[in-house]
Amino acid sequence: MTIPNIVGAGLIVIGAGLGIGRIGGQAMEAIARQPEASGKIQTAMLIAAALIEGIGFAALFAA
Amino acid sequence: MHQFFRTHSCSDMRYSFLSKYLVAVFVLITGIVSAQSHEGEEVEAGAHDLKTEIKEYIDHHLLDSHDFSLFSYTTDEGEHKYIGFPLPVILWDNGLKIFSSSQLEHGEGVAEVDGNYYALYHNKIYKTDAEGTIKFGAHHEGDTHSEDAFGENLVVEDAHPSNEKPLDFSITKNVVFIALVGLLMFLMFRSVASNYKKSNMPKGLGRGLEPLVMFVRDEIAIPNIGEHKYKKYMSYLLTVFFFVWIINLLGLTPLGVNVTNNIAVTFALALITYFITTFSGNKNYWKHIFWMPGVPVPMKIILAPIELLGTFIKPFSLMIRLYANITAGHVVLMSIIGLMFIFKNWIGSPLSFVLAFTLSLLELLVAALQAYIFTMLSALYFGMATEEDHH
Repeated sequence: MTIPNIVGAGLIVIGAGLGIGRIGGQAMEAIARQPEASGKIQTAMLIAAALIEGIGFAALFAA
Repeated sequence: MHQFFRTHSCSDMRYSFLSKYLVAVFVLITGIVSAQSHEGEEVEAGAHDLKTEIKEYIDHHLLDSHDFSLFSYTTDEGEHKYIGFPLPVILWDNGLKIFSSSQLEHGEGVAEVDGNYYALYHNKIYKTDAEGTIKFGAHHEGDTHSEDAFGENLVVEDAHPSNEKPLDFSITKNVVFIALVGLLMFLMFRSVASNYKKSNMPKGLGRGLEPLVMFVRDEIAIPNIGEHKYKKYMSYLLTVFFFVWIINLLGLTPLGVNVTNNIAVTFALALITYFITTFSGNKNYWKHIFWMPGVPVPMKIILAPIELLGTFIKPFSLMIRLYANITAGHVVLMSIIGLMFIFKNWIGSPLSFVLAFTLSLLELLVAALQAYIFTMLSALYFGMATEEDHH
């Protein structure tokens, strides 16, 4: 592993972390507003987080 | 203190970010407990070997192997002893060659079958001569040099052996555990299903499994595929959910199984999802890919190849996600366990232990979550493929 690789991996993790963090935060907010819809919100949240995670991993392999 | 830093200054890049974090915590603690004594020159000399050894162990763990061994140790005479059992090696090399992997002696011996010689080099089987010579020379012509299969006299680190590689159909460790989990699931669900024929009340194992099956049906299949069509896909969704989950959980036991961090396994699982999606795609699904309704014509032409590519990317991301999650989990967990042996003191090692314990609990969650995500996304793709036109 060289230094550019490590920096790239770090950037990917920052990006993916921000994305997943935002999804989680917004989902929390949505559940607080409408607790009865929490099941649906959780499912949608997990799918979105999984998609971002997939891109993050693909980029990590490239780095 | 200084000695501690010197030991770690030349540390491997792969562990350095982890160890630096731990070093920071370590400095804080030693600031309070200043009376802590360190081991001297001995550690400094041995530290590099230990790190290489741990790295090799992790690399070895991530690979599939031709035998099943729980652990190995070195005797006082310098001989490696392995506790486990060999598995059959099946090769296609101008005819079927079957022999036991005990003949390969964990990469330390040469197996002879019908006048052909085979040896292990970095967990792959190569055809060699009677001494087990591995030739290199793929990179620079005329600059060939060789080493014996036992890993001595290695000069070039990145060289690829130019020896002939026979087609390998061996029953490896991963194959054994896939078959075992398959058998286990068959027996488990067979007995549960036969109970339902007698009465609607689940008995024994069924009491534990019923909520999980219900969960896959009510939370995964019905919302994503729809009430009318979900039944056709339930068998696959349940199979893939329980298979991935059980095999992920087995990967957390000390058996050393890691089937889902073999990319070939996740590739096969994703391929099945891809085939089911493609073959159950209705007219509406294909229309949305090749001729998206409600979009201007130039846009349709741009969108068609992107959408077509998307059908391959979806199962591809399924494959990468499962593989990368499990691999990353195993690497981090074992690196932290390895830190225990690098620290070898009363502060660092318990700290690594606590960290490893917490991470193991997290991995338990990841094992279930990845099974859920895989099933969930598969169901989502099936739902997309079978959706009726609602314009």
